[in-house]
Amino acid sequence: MSNLSESHPPSFWTRIWESNIGYSFRSNPVAVASLMIFIVIVLMAVFAPLIAPFDPYDPAQIDIMNSEYPPVWIDGSDPKFLFGTDDQGRDLWSTILYGTRLSLLIGLCAVALQAFLGITIGLLAGYIGGRLDSLLMRLADIQLSFSTLMVAIIFLAVTQAMFGSETFNQYAIYFLIVVIGVAEWPQYARTVRATVLAEKKKEYVDGARVLGFGPMRIMVRHILPNSLSPIFVISTVQVANAIISEASLSFLGLGMPPSQPSLGSLISSGFDYIFSGSWWITAIPGVVLVILVLVINLLGDWMRDVLNPRLHKG
Amino acid sequence: MTELKNTQPLLELRSLEKHFDLDRGFLETIKFRGGKIVRESRQVHAVNDITLNVDRGEALCVVGESGCGKSTVARLIAGLLTPSSGEIHYDGVRIDNGSRSDIMSLRKKMQMIFQNPYASLNPRMTIQQALEEPVRYHNKSFSKGEVQDKVADVMRSVGVDPSWAKRYPHEFSGGQRQRIAIARALTVDPEFIIADEPISALDVSIQAQVLNLMLEAKNQRGLTYLFITHDLSVVQHFGTRVAVLYLGSVCELAETATLFENPKHPYTRALLSAVPQLKDDHPNHIRLKGEIPTPINLPQGCPFESRCAFANDRCKVEQPKPLLQTDGSIVACHAVEEDRLES
Repeated sequence: MSNLSESHPPSFWTRIWESNIGYSFRSNPVAVASLMIFIVIVLMAVFAPLIAPFDPYDPAQIDIMNSEYPPVWIDGSDPKFLFGTDDQGRDLWSTILYGTRLSLLIGLCAVALQAFLGITIGLLAGYIGGRLDSLLMRLADIQLSFSTLMVAIIFLAVTQAMFGSETFNQYAIYFLIVVIGVAEWPQYARTVRATVLAEKKKEYVDGARVLGFGPMRIMVRHILPNSLSPIFVISTVQVANAIISEASLSFLGLGMPPSQPSLGSLISSGFDYIFSGSWWITAIPGVVLVILVLVINLLGDWMRDVLNPRLHKG
Repeated sequence: MTELKNTQPLLELRSLEKHFDLDRGFLETIKFRGGKIVRESRQVHAVNDITLNVDRGEALCVVGESGCGKSTVARLIAGLLTPSSGEIHYDGVRIDNGSRSDIMSLRKKMQMIFQNPYASLNPRMTIQQALEEPVRYHNKSFSKGEVQDKVADVMRSVGVDPSWAKRYPHEFSGGQRQRIAIARALTVDPEFIIADEPISALDVSIQAQVLNLMLEAKNQRGLTYLFITHDLSVVQHFGTRVAVLYLGSVCELAETATLFENPKHPYTRALLSAVPQLKDDHPNHIRLKGEIPTPINLPQGCPFESRCAFANDRCKVEQPKPLLQTDGSIVACHAVEEDRLES
């Protein structure tokens, strides 16, 4: 991963392509397929407004008379709606595109928040050590002894009751990011602390101290870049986890409101109709969610193998 | 040696001691002994009462077997460890109890070279970045060009082609890396360098190269070295004075020539007799019996007493004091003091 810090000629991408990681990637069809599917999903999510035939957030484009059309390959469908419509007459294909966008956004932002908190705390605990280390790690233990979902449900239920549904629905995306972000920082903090403990014994850290560099500089410029591999691995897994958490919370009615559905709230809204024949409202977003999480996990798996120092030298 | 010798030593260690706690935390200190629960905390006595001066322009070699506290002394002086007691003075100023900002100016004067060139360079930084960082950090007013000139200059002086600067440490061999590590120490123009076994991790063919580079730097820049090693032939080549360490205390301190010609302390004699020599096919090694005692429970008397052929009852109970001999060396031994050694 030494190529990540700066690009020199030959170009950044050539160097990555020719490195160990590039080679291992090319020779692993599962990783290639996963990355391709992931990129397709991300592109579709990013360009949702261009791809989607309808805007699901615009009530003027929704007609209740169009509700519960099946997907095009089933009799009685309307060719305007590729994957059919949901109970309110929204085009399911457009709604899924926008929903994936929300799910990915929440997942990535929540992981960024987790990573920021966890890396900061882990670096401080590992490098400074002593009492601060004990204190922070006991906090992490306490945090880990609650299930993420339990913390999230309590927090979201209380805020929903406090601010009322109206305000809550408006800011739901921020609440979700904060709650998922804060609930999972110990994962990062523990991993980072463990690598920092191993790195700070190495002579280059002593060398930096003898050169008079301050603790901040040593932590950020010297130790952190050498602790990145486990952070990458954990990040992929955590993005998948965060998307799942968001979907679960939305499914329970504590996440994104029905007017701005994420994948989880779409699944939840279709759940009422699953026995009346309109299975597609739940099933299609469900499949998208499963594929998204699966490819992220497969990529994480591959990355863990590649970055495992026991499996290759250097 | 081209420098004028000032009367004041550059570095002074005054009864320096360092203990490491073996039992950390409350629970580890509780022990079960003879039917009773007692609290005791054991300590490793790594460095015991070392008093030492390093004069300007000299290369003081510290020798001793592994575990005798050589590296601990180096790390204490470099400020990587804080002494348990005793004082370290640099250029007349006490340096062991200051805050980081207090000793900031010292960081430009004193640098350290480490044993393992494979671990002493940050693997994620190119050579350029690794060398530029200290220059920038200590000379905030330098322009970009000045920094680059300085880096290229230092690289040339250690025999590393400046066009390699964009490479990462793993692309270099051990000898090259050690030269880059020396270059990094030289970027801040130090006057004193602590070298902690800088060549022991290198191939024999490369050792001389690196050693000569260090000697060259010494002559050109007027450097002072504290050179830690266990290789006596290196000492003969490199050192102006030698301190022999045993179990965390100095047993003999002498000019290199004096020490090799006329070693006095029984331990030094044993050490010197162990150096293989070409001319001698039936070497008369002094064989030491037993092992180096554990530094956890130090012997009450002379630390070398358990292995010394000349030990008597006094050695068992009384610690020998370092005494100045007629030829200028300092020896801590009762037998030498009482003239019991047959020469």
